[in-house]
Amino acid sequence: MARSSGCVAALGAILLGAFAFAACEETSGTRGWECIAPANPGGGWDLTCRTVGRSLTDGGIAPGMVRVTNLPGAGGGIAYAHTVSQRAGDPNVIVAASPATLLRLAQGQFAHLTEDDVRWLGAVATDYGVVAVQPEAPWRTLDELLDHWREAPGSVVVSGGSAVGGQDHMKVLLLARAAGMDPRSVRYVPFDGGGEAMTALLGGFVNVFSGDVTQAESQHEAGNLRVLAVLAPARVEGVFSEVPTAEELGYPVEWVTWRGFYAPAGIADSTYNRWVGVLDTLADSPEWARAREQARLDPFLLSGEEFESFVREQVSEFRELSRRLGLIP
Amino acid sequence: MESFLHLIDGFAVALRPLNVGFALGGVLVGTVVGLLPGIGPINAIAILIPLIFAAGIPPESALILLAGIYYGSQYGNSISTILLNVPGTTSSVVTAIDGYALTQQGRAGPALATAAVASFVGGTLAIFGLVLFAPILSSWALRFGPAEYFALMVFAFAALSSFAGSSLAKAFAATGLGLLLASVGLDPNSAVPRFTFGELRLFDGLDFVVVTIGLFAVSEVLLLLEGSRAGEQVHRVVGRVLMTAKELASSTWGMMRGGLVGFVVGVLPGAGGTIAAFVAYGLEQRVTDREGTFGKGDLRGVAVPEAASNAAATGAMIPLLTLGIPGSATTAVLLGALMGLNVTPGPLLIERSPEIFWGLAASMYLGNLFLLLLNLPLVGVFIRILTLPKWFLIPGVAGMSFVAVYAVNSSVFDLFLMVGFGLLGYGLRKVGVPLAPVILGLVLGPLMERNLRRALALSDGDWAVLVASPLSISIWLVTALGLLVPAVLWFRRRRRRVPS
Repeated sequence: MARSSGCVAALGAILLGAFAFAACEETSGTRGWECIAPANPGGGWDLTCRTVGRSLTDGGIAPGMVRVTNLPGAGGGIAYAHTVSQRAGDPNVIVAASPATLLRLAQGQFAHLTEDDVRWLGAVATDYGVVAVQPEAPWRTLDELLDHWREAPGSVVVSGGSAVGGQDHMKVLLLARAAGMDPRSVRYVPFDGGGEAMTALLGGFVNVFSGDVTQAESQHEAGNLRVLAVLAPARVEGVFSEVPTAEELGYPVEWVTWRGFYAPAGIADSTYNRWVGVLDTLADSPEWARAREQARLDPFLLSGEEFESFVREQVSEFRELSRRLGLIP
Repeated sequence: MESFLHLIDGFAVALRPLNVGFALGGVLVGTVVGLLPGIGPINAIAILIPLIFAAGIPPESALILLAGIYYGSQYGNSISTILLNVPGTTSSVVTAIDGYALTQQGRAGPALATAAVASFVGGTLAIFGLVLFAPILSSWALRFGPAEYFALMVFAFAALSSFAGSSLAKAFAATGLGLLLASVGLDPNSAVPRFTFGELRLFDGLDFVVVTIGLFAVSEVLLLLEGSRAGEQVHRVVGRVLMTAKELASSTWGMMRGGLVGFVVGVLPGAGGTIAAFVAYGLEQRVTDREGTFGKGDLRGVAVPEAASNAAATGAMIPLLTLGIPGSATTAVLLGALMGLNVTPGPLLIERSPEIFWGLAASMYLGNLFLLLLNLPLVGVFIRILTLPKWFLIPGVAGMSFVAVYAVNSSVFDLFLMVGFGLLGYGLRKVGVPLAPVILGLVLGPLMERNLRRALALSDGDWAVLVASPLSISIWLVTALGLLVPAVLWFRRRRRRVPS
């Protein structure tokens, strides 16, 4: 009997613990700072929240630990709707974002919500787009690939980790447009994430992989694929220092996969300015430099009004592009 | 030979007193976490990662701890599956069939012990596979394209008849229901919403934890309430706590086969433990179920899927470590942890940081061993959960279901969905429709759809792509054999019976 009551106690303790755990998700928002990752643990936005959160704590910028909340769903839509409807005016919460967020806003995938429903704070690091082929592919340069592509658009198949109209698709569409092709002739096959898209190239099922620097780095280094161009404003240091940018080759296409944040609308201007100051301080801190290196991201800083207008521009550009491609009416 | 020398070095690291402590602690934490479905290894690891970084634990010790949690939670989950019919992962849905049937017969102890031994056997087998064949297998996995994946999904569906129970028609209906539920959410190609009614929470489709816990656990609570007048306890516990040597021997080969199937399927990124468990169970049922006891409380029905899913969990490490491609949600979190420890998984990992690779292999082995040593003696304690009085156990299971589902997305909407699926599950069980095929359809449906559409997009609409490679042709052949052989055997048995 003693043993079974021990079990009751243990089970009760587990249940109580779990309830407490679930309950604190709801209530502790008013104390420390919170970073909402609109994805599951392990995803890009989760990584953004965790690395930034840790650097803010280690650097003494945040008052205590920064709590990370995962609110996955609808490609960031759940977190966006949550921030708009339930966090308005909350001075202690920021939400991770990237161009994927803007792309979905531009295509109206967050229901009726728009980019004006939150306050855009800034971006603190970035990744860049890449275009890669197999090492034994007949195209040694981006020019060769695009020349061939223009002549026989049907013979080139591109893989990427996002759905049709998503980031990886947009990269090649912009490139095709810059090369004077009809973007609608591009054959793009979506996979579940960059990893699977890359596997499809390594296995020879597609001809071109559209992804990011961080995804392609280790495979390029090992000689398993050849990155033809980096979609960055300047060459990326490290493994890719020999790889030209698309711009150098005469195709003015950049894909800056920035990592940034927004805050709920309704916060005071002083709160907004505090967040901007926090991001500026963070970007300069040695803690962030180290964490950024570890996550293999490049330095990038845009904040405050500058970032807000950058966001507006990017959204309208995405909207126009999506419309031209027939992705949205 | 060289790899074994490396492995011995790995063991030297893993056997330091501190690391043994981490392995034990990890296994213990994992088991407790696994008991609560929904929280699961992903969240446990995600919560622990910043703590590990903050504490400055050396990388190999951190990996040992995480591997312990990974395995521990797998086993912890089989405890709640077998005792309470609350599967928290899709792979344990298969275990629930025979595992819970055994509990209802009062034989929860042997079922739990078998699960522990099977996890150990499957895990050990897979670790040997990892050590010996990792580089070869990762290049093999690359040859698996969309067409091959599609053939594999069809193969998994062919295992369906093993879960049919009394009526094949009902099993088909259940699969159809699962496939229908699977179509909810954004279209994988064009991101157009399907059956979402404008509700953002449905854009990612139905979460399998919500559906599984609703169908299994909530309907179980309803059934228990219905029969709650008689007796004070839910299930009695009869006979020995552990299984007999003879019972163990009878399932040993099943564990080996399950481990092998699980490992091979687990190596394929994205396929994972669920397909492994379903396929292994289906194969085993066809090969060895002569008395027709599968599905009615056969220890082998617990041993095989447990061995398979554990082996698959280890197999999933191969694409992670050698290609840098996470094959499952848990390995995606591990990838984040490795990056944080300044280790980049990928083609150069074994060459550049052999101590990490071999240390991890050794620590996975230790994690498995500790799991067995820790949990076999505890089986007697775990089954005492069943001796809890009904007035405590039934609300306990209900409460646990709510906590588990809420923990997944912190969403109240999910709780309503869960209750809805609970009512649906109750209705389905009342009319004798098996639940496992619903989950099979729900989990495999999206994978099958995506891969078919990808294959057709790659071939520009030519259906011949589905039989274009030797690999896909062989999978189709095995599928056909799997469907034909039982039919032929059945006819022959009938013919033999006719003269007598």
